[in-house]
Amino acid sequence: MNSVLLMTTARLLISILLLFAIFLLVRGHNAPGGGFIAGLVVASAVGLYALSFDIRSARSLLRLHPSTYIGGGLFIAVLSAVPAMFSGDPFMTGIWVDFTVAGEVVKIGTPLLFDLGVFFVVVGMVTIALLWLAEEEG
Amino acid sequence: MNLLLVTPIIVPMLAAIAALAFREQPSVRRIISLAGPLSMLAAGFALLVIVDRDGIQSTNLGDWPAPFGIVLVADLFSSFMLLMAGIVSLAALVFSFGTLRSRNIRFGHYSVVNLMLVGVSGAFLTGDMFNLFVWFELMLISSFVLLALGGGRRRIEGSVKYVAINLLSSAFFLAGAGLLYATTGTLNMADLSVKIAEVDNQGLVTTIAMFFVISFGLKSAAFPLFFWLPASYHTPSIDVTALFSGLLTKVGVYALIRTFTLIFANDVDFTHTLIMVLAGFTMVVGVVGAVAQYDYRRLLSFHIVSQIGYMLMGLSIFTPAALAGAILFIAHNILVKTSLFLVGGLLARFSGTESLNRMGDMYRRKPVIAGLFAVAALSLAGIPPSSGFISKLALVRAGIEDEAYVITGISLFVSLLTLYSMTKIWNSVFWRPMPETAPGAVAELPPVRRLNLLLMLSPILFLVGLSAIFGFVAQPVFEIATDAAESLIDPSAYVQAVLGETP
Repeated sequence: MNSVLLMTTARLLISILLLFAIFLLVRGHNAPGGGFIAGLVVASAVGLYALSFDIRSARSLLRLHPSTYIGGGLFIAVLSAVPAMFSGDPFMTGIWVDFTVAGEVVKIGTPLLFDLGVFFVVVGMVTIALLWLAEEEG
Repeated sequence: MNLLLVTPIIVPMLAAIAALAFREQPSVRRIISLAGPLSMLAAGFALLVIVDRDGIQSTNLGDWPAPFGIVLVADLFSSFMLLMAGIVSLAALVFSFGTLRSRNIRFGHYSVVNLMLVGVSGAFLTGDMFNLFVWFELMLISSFVLLALGGGRRRIEGSVKYVAINLLSSAFFLAGAGLLYATTGTLNMADLSVKIAEVDNQGLVTTIAMFFVISFGLKSAAFPLFFWLPASYHTPSIDVTALFSGLLTKVGVYALIRTFTLIFANDVDFTHTLIMVLAGFTMVVGVVGAVAQYDYRRLLSFHIVSQIGYMLMGLSIFTPAALAGAILFIAHNILVKTSLFLVGGLLARFSGTESLNRMGDMYRRKPVIAGLFAVAALSLAGIPPSSGFISKLALVRAGIEDEAYVITGISLFVSLLTLYSMTKIWNSVFWRPMPETAPGAVAELPPVRRLNLLLMLSPILFLVGLSAIFGFVAQPVFEIATDAAESLIDPSAYVQAVLGETP
């Protein structure tokens, strides 16, 4: 499929989707959102790209094999449990650090790292499934 | 301490992830995959020593206090199971190095094996009912993949049955856990142990208990819900069958013993009598099924069912001696059953078939394999001085002491039939000459490389050796089992270790 309309809107939409995914990822700790949803949004952006252009270029958009995303995501998630060990708390205890950026207090903690891990796992899983299904059809 | 409790969960997880990264190097994947079993073995052993010395260990994950957050608990029983699981998974993995096709390794076989081990360790260590459900699911999803990996019509057929029945079992588990939470307001096992006695409507508690009997009964392949096991265990690669037989059903039995000593121990007359009836039927039906089989792996799969009955028998008699017998029997069975399956893998490699009708003459051609099979088979039947004898003796003695003559009689009769079916394998595979109807099957097979032979033979030697040592030096194992059983019967130490107060 080579629709100019779709290709033009896809370009616009994908950048918005990616930005929105980052917003969802960071927002997840106090309000609806989080790594899972952000991962789905990114995966659907990749899916949209595959629809409007072609599957090969969607694959190269990811740069790495989707299974690497799964592995990396899992690793980050496990890593998020580690800092607690150094501070002597039980495993997986959330460690939070406060930053002051431009007068606002920003809290960054290990749960965010965990969410980032979830995010990559979901991106990897869903793109594997999507691209495989798309290839079957084509 | 809290690090030691998470080790057997985190290390296999990391091993699975690391193996994922080496897509093109099967040998690197092999070596990485060993980390999981080794960590379980080491942590199981260390926990056994520490729990024996300092009492039950527990940790609150994420620092959420006990009845609300998720706890990991290690008592003697769970540490012992962890150690045994580490031993068999190590053996099965090393065996697979010699047999597994590189295609399966590319598909991520070793990552999935390690993920399954994460689930197994988690199920042994968790102190929370819902968390137990999650570990079960992780274990089952991984086992679905392992069953189906490599494709082929036969495998897919086997896994469809397996998946369907296990999903049903999970549904029962989830419903049971929900009802349990609705009645008591907690899912922490130690907390449940205290609160379940305070529930007014004890009939409801017994009803909930039945949900868990069905669910765990399905997972451990007890009568009448065992049929899925012989229908699926003969399809995957043999190291996977060996791994499943050593781990999965045993985790089901572990969960049954854990819940029916810690939580559902108030209406013993009803629940444990029911379990005893199930145990009797499981033993008999399993062994009768085995006698009728002519496929090596199917025959042994029916034996798994039959021997689950012995473990349930120990639980149902519900005395410290009987539970100790059950724990010994689980240990013995894990070792012997896995080694018998691995022997089957070797036989299949050398004769190109798993059908008893088409094998023969193995005693003359491969005397070492014959010797290993003989030791393991006699142990399975319970001939002294094997590990099977020791553990069956413990069970039978406990049965007689408790005047449970019927189940004891059945168990002895079933032992005889076990011996009969083992003799059947011995006669057709090792003793008789090669049948005329299977010409040339041997000549066509490519020769086995020396290294691969070593990789396949050494884990069997290791397991059979361990079970022989277990038979001759039973005293320390017996003491561990007895201590473990006593702390199961009287869960106050467990409750105190988790909740930090005397109930």
